[in-house]
Amino acid sequence: MSEERSGAVILVESLARQGVEFVFGYPGGAVLPIYDALFNDARIRHILVRHEAGAAHAAEGYARSTGKPGVVLVTSGPGATNAVTGIADAFMDSIPLVVITGQVPTGLIGSDAFQEADTIGITRHCTKHNYLVKDPAELAGIIDEAFRIATTGRPGPVVIDIPKDVQIASAQWNGAPPQKESRYNPQTRGSDKDIARAIELLANARAPIFYTGGGVINSGPHAADLLRQLQELTGAPVTSTLMGLGAFPADHADWLGMLGMHGTYESNMAMNQADLVVCIGARFDDRVTGRLDAFSPHSTKIHIDIDRSSINKTVTVDLPIIGDCGEVLEQLIAAWGNRKPQNLSDWKARIDGWRTRKSLAYPRDPQAIMPQLAIERLFELTKHLDPVISTEVGQHQMWAAQHFHFFGPNKWLTSGGLGTMGYGLPAAIGAQLGNPDSLVIDIAGDASIQMNIQELGTATQYRLPVKVFILNNEWMGMVRQWQELTYESRYSESYSDSLPDFVRLAEAYGWKGIRIEDESQLDAGIQAMIDHPGPVIVDCLVAKEANCFPMIPSGAAHTDMILYGDSVAGTMDDEAKALV
Amino acid sequence: MMKIKQEQSERHVLTITVDNEAGILAKIAGLFTARGYNIDSLTVADISENHSISRITIVTHGPPAVIDQIHAQLDRLVPVHKVVDLTEMGAHVEREMALVKVAGTGDARVEALRLADVFRAKVVDTTTSSFVFELTGTPDKIDRFVSLMRELGLVEVGRTGVVGMMRGAEAA
Repeated sequence: MSEERSGAVILVESLARQGVEFVFGYPGGAVLPIYDALFNDARIRHILVRHEAGAAHAAEGYARSTGKPGVVLVTSGPGATNAVTGIADAFMDSIPLVVITGQVPTGLIGSDAFQEADTIGITRHCTKHNYLVKDPAELAGIIDEAFRIATTGRPGPVVIDIPKDVQIASAQWNGAPPQKESRYNPQTRGSDKDIARAIELLANARAPIFYTGGGVINSGPHAADLLRQLQELTGAPVTSTLMGLGAFPADHADWLGMLGMHGTYESNMAMNQADLVVCIGARFDDRVTGRLDAFSPHSTKIHIDIDRSSINKTVTVDLPIIGDCGEVLEQLIAAWGNRKPQNLSDWKARIDGWRTRKSLAYPRDPQAIMPQLAIERLFELTKHLDPVISTEVGQHQMWAAQHFHFFGPNKWLTSGGLGTMGYGLPAAIGAQLGNPDSLVIDIAGDASIQMNIQELGTATQYRLPVKVFILNNEWMGMVRQWQELTYESRYSESYSDSLPDFVRLAEAYGWKGIRIEDESQLDAGIQAMIDHPGPVIVDCLVAKEANCFPMIPSGAAHTDMILYGDSVAGTMDDEAKALV
Repeated sequence: MMKIKQEQSERHVLTITVDNEAGILAKIAGLFTARGYNIDSLTVADISENHSISRITIVTHGPPAVIDQIHAQLDRLVPVHKVVDLTEMGAHVEREMALVKVAGTGDARVEALRLADVFRAKVVDTTTSSFVFELTGTPDKIDRFVSLMRELGLVEVGRTGVVGMMRGAEAA
């Protein structure tokens, strides 16, 4: 039965039909009709954030930890522009979001009206797709397509900009799914010929390596299982990008750790010496490859990716396979049959040799807690709880990637592509809502945590037992480290001056605050954090000038890693400085 | 001191079939600026009976790897149905139209008219001291005509940019 409904009601009904549980948002003038339609809606729970950037990151954390799309609702103008960082973040890291922005009434668009911004123009290149809705009759179809675009193919954010008059005006609506042929049908299966060739290469390789990324996580938990199966069949060692951590269990004998700029010695050396690199759902990012002309110079390269534009973007590959990681892995496993891999014992022996460098080892400091040690203890004391970990961006993020270990997908939430400080706390809030029974910890730095510190209030309001573990070294540590290594220790503006008292700040927001000042308090402090049923900030004071190693300096090859104990020159040439 | 490096580049003609929706041109033109690609010319017009589909022709130049990226990045946009690299596909026709205004009297005026005849340009407007020529052809041909007119009193040039199509009976 078809009835007249307002745009706002059609929107809310369409969201409910998509199974949306949570909307992360912040009200304002241009979305009042939608907020009125949401009022007391029993199906959709609105989570009121404290800043729209928090809404977008919380939706990302929810999406990344549950595999479901995150939904954001913000007003026009500043509401939309504040959300842009989170939208851009989701675009870079392929996180499915549907972002609904209010817009000034159709007749005022272009008139510099109060709280008007060209949201469609601003988000054009940081969304997978965006819409300006001009007629409420189009809404149901657009929302249906938006969810499809956000969640299939390479996932990403979709913005739907809805002028206020379109929210109020009515259209016929019958509640049935829109009957429209879809124009978005990404290719998900590899061709049989390519699969056969890939199997041929895998079966004949003497020094193969799997280089996996966030695509395996995006493909769903079954893709991680299939990766494990294919690894078992072929015996090839596995390394992963920052975004892919958790797809392969970190306690496996063939796990090499993360690769790239702060990756392990064994993973980077193995990439350099491999004769076959099988890239699954990763994109040869500059943080992974180091100097391009020295990247894995002797290998044949297979690249499995659902996005054709990722193929040959920075590294030319020999065999591209366009498809969904999970589906292609399934095809590969089926095609492998009863084959036997080559004897890889020489290759494994070389890898074991590289492992003996113990590249993640660090010197202990009798006066201070080493940040790496703090992460190690946090891991040891929480691993039996299978926690969800989010991070901010900087040294603490890399130490968490190196020293916290993951055994399954969707447990590790971090801003990889855009590198957004302030991501971790709202992401943890979103993850906690999606995983109410899990221990969710934001591993943070003293600088990053302040970028979205206002979201402490959100966790308080919804009684979310989120934990924030701050490695406090009183520096923007990664900036300081680069200045030490490349600008002769001229620490230009990287000192975290005037830090708040994080314990009292926690208490002011109704959180528990714990300070850890000495190694002897470390385990007890972490345990107290775990045991407290509500939200906790741990202010863990760590060694102030510890560096994050191993490190491949920008512009260097995988074989030019800096390890602890190496002497490091204080400057770099302009070519290297010009790289990000 | 560091210097910015330049790479060898080739010219390619791309045709892009898109949904005729608001902002699509900004999306495509913006993709080129955002990713640092070049646009030498761009034409766009509605080509369907119900005004739902447009065809865009872009002439671009860049190293082969960049051209391949342009193709892939365009393909990734939801409203884009099809991207054809005419240069890559082989035998194709490229045409551009120009309006060329030339002013002068005496010998120059006669010479302009004679050259227009050689180039099969049509006179679409005239005064006693000027012509507007309409000329269709490859971009090269138009370049040559315009450079000849420069000596004979060129006043103004308007060009449409290239449209292109594969030769033969099939749709590309």
